[in-house]
Amino acid sequence: MLEAHNLGYRVGGRWLLKGLHLSIAPGEVLGILGPNGSGKTTLLRLLAGEIPLSEGEILLEGRPLAVYRPSALARTRAVLSQLQEMGFPFTAYEVAFLGRLPHLEGRREKTEDHAKTLRYLERVQALPLKERLLPTLSGGERMRVEMARLLNQEAKLYLLDEPTNHLDPRYAMDLLQLFRSLAQEGAGVVAVLHDLNLACRFADRLLLLKGGRMVAQGRPEEVLQPNLLQEAYEVAFQAWEDPSGTRVILPLTATRG
Amino acid sequence: MVNQPQFSFPWTRRYRLALLVLAILLPTTLLLGAGIGAYKIAPLEIPAILLKGEGVEYQVLTALRFPRVLGAALVGALLAMAGAVLQGLFRNPLVDPGLIGVSSGAALGAALFIVLVPGSASLEAYALPVWAFLGGLLATQALWWIARTPFGTQVAILLLAGIALNSLVGAAIGLLISASTDQQLRSLTFWTLGGFSGVTWRLLLAGLPFALLALCLLLPLARGLNALTLGEREAFHLGVDANALKRQAVLGSALGVGTAVAMAGGVGFIGLVAPHLFRLVAGPDHRYLLPGSALLGSVLAVLADLLARTLVAPAELPVGILTALLGGPFFLYLVMRFKKEVYRA
Repeated sequence: MLEAHNLGYRVGGRWLLKGLHLSIAPGEVLGILGPNGSGKTTLLRLLAGEIPLSEGEILLEGRPLAVYRPSALARTRAVLSQLQEMGFPFTAYEVAFLGRLPHLEGRREKTEDHAKTLRYLERVQALPLKERLLPTLSGGERMRVEMARLLNQEAKLYLLDEPTNHLDPRYAMDLLQLFRSLAQEGAGVVAVLHDLNLACRFADRLLLLKGGRMVAQGRPEEVLQPNLLQEAYEVAFQAWEDPSGTRVILPLTATRG
Repeated sequence: MVNQPQFSFPWTRRYRLALLVLAILLPTTLLLGAGIGAYKIAPLEIPAILLKGEGVEYQVLTALRFPRVLGAALVGALLAMAGAVLQGLFRNPLVDPGLIGVSSGAALGAALFIVLVPGSASLEAYALPVWAFLGGLLATQALWWIARTPFGTQVAILLLAGIALNSLVGAAIGLLISASTDQQLRSLTFWTLGGFSGVTWRLLLAGLPFALLALCLLLPLARGLNALTLGEREAFHLGVDANALKRQAVLGSALGVGTAVAMAGGVGFIGLVAPHLFRLVAGPDHRYLLPGSALLGSVLAVLADLLARTLVAPAELPVGILTALLGGPFFLYLVMRFKKEVYRA
């Protein structure tokens, strides 16, 4: 579904990303990890088609990203970026409805478009919020509305930039669960994540970055090893297994005394 | 399956109701504007007078009142819709074509034409909107470059750039005035004050194609502007070609403001007040906001013109003074509210 070969992105003579390879198959969840400034968000923006590549190639459904018109791109991939303040206070319903936009090209909106908006709002349990103004929602409620907007795009690939930021554990789990079930339905998911343990449980494969270069890529148990993590984050890590056999990773804290 | 959900939402009803009320209000104000004045004509008798097609009242209506009232309506609609689109484009409700200098740019373009092109009077009706459009276009493009930062457009920079642009244009027009002949001076003075007394059928018909073109450019932007409220990147994620949207918005609003300035000079604040009032009573959805602002802008401009020529009759106030009296305090109120929201003070 998505293939990226030898990706490079350069700004002012400095390579922010270089020599990256990755691919996502339908039904797969790829987690992107790395310290601050390692190029995770830049990578996501490249995959979203937002900024042009300096080097390499990205194929979405077999076609180069650059040949897609913005609206065709929006019917194929949906992006959840870091939330920012809205220019004008729309209602939750109006925001969720914006997700239909790429499907409304050259035609008027129909009852079906509104029915879908309601259905997706219901799926993320945000139906009761529909008449509220977006600025009056809490972070978790806002995230649900944005998820309904994403679902409304009916895309095949979801790109998420730190989706669990500012979410309490319940909302974070709800959100990840939703994208897991979308993957089960055949979607591809790429998510930039900060929480190593969440990434370990959520993703099928992980990509660990440092300074715009790949440190490791593979199954969570292969990537989440203390020596690799230490190389990336420059902090010592300890790993052990919980009763279910899933790996638990924690950075070693500086001890007192 | 949900049954026609869009009609069950109160806010859609509110949008539709607001548009309906405005659609009734506009012809009413047009009739009032055509009837009231130095020579009084009962508004309800206007259709009968038109059908008769003769007499003093008919002459007053067709030669004086109609071009003036219709011109005011057109100018109000253009300024208000350009204001709504610019507010959406810059993602900020404090934007007004006059405040950020788009109107000034248009005025300078027109002033340059009046003074620098000799024998311009014969061509004036047609060439003036073009020059005003070019001036407005340059100003809007310059503002976009100045106010853009990696974090989106900054309203403080935008307003400061507007101050600079306005004073620069003021100086340039001052220079032009000192270099102009008596005849040109009369044109220029009318322009800087702003008003609808100079609108003739000829001017109105010359401006109409430009106005229609501006409307055709601006109205289809509604969906894209809605997506833009989420942010520039988010709009792209939703399939909006942000550069094309920006180009069309800048072109359309410059054309609208240019045409308005060519017909009536600098009439301020309608572009700020009309979209705001519509958002207040109905909401921010641009699909309704753009036509709603246009209707509301028309109503406001016709009413302002009505007041301008009746308050101190038989003399006449420049309409720009009236809209500033109305819009100045309104802008201050918005600034106070902005302060409350940002600094919680």
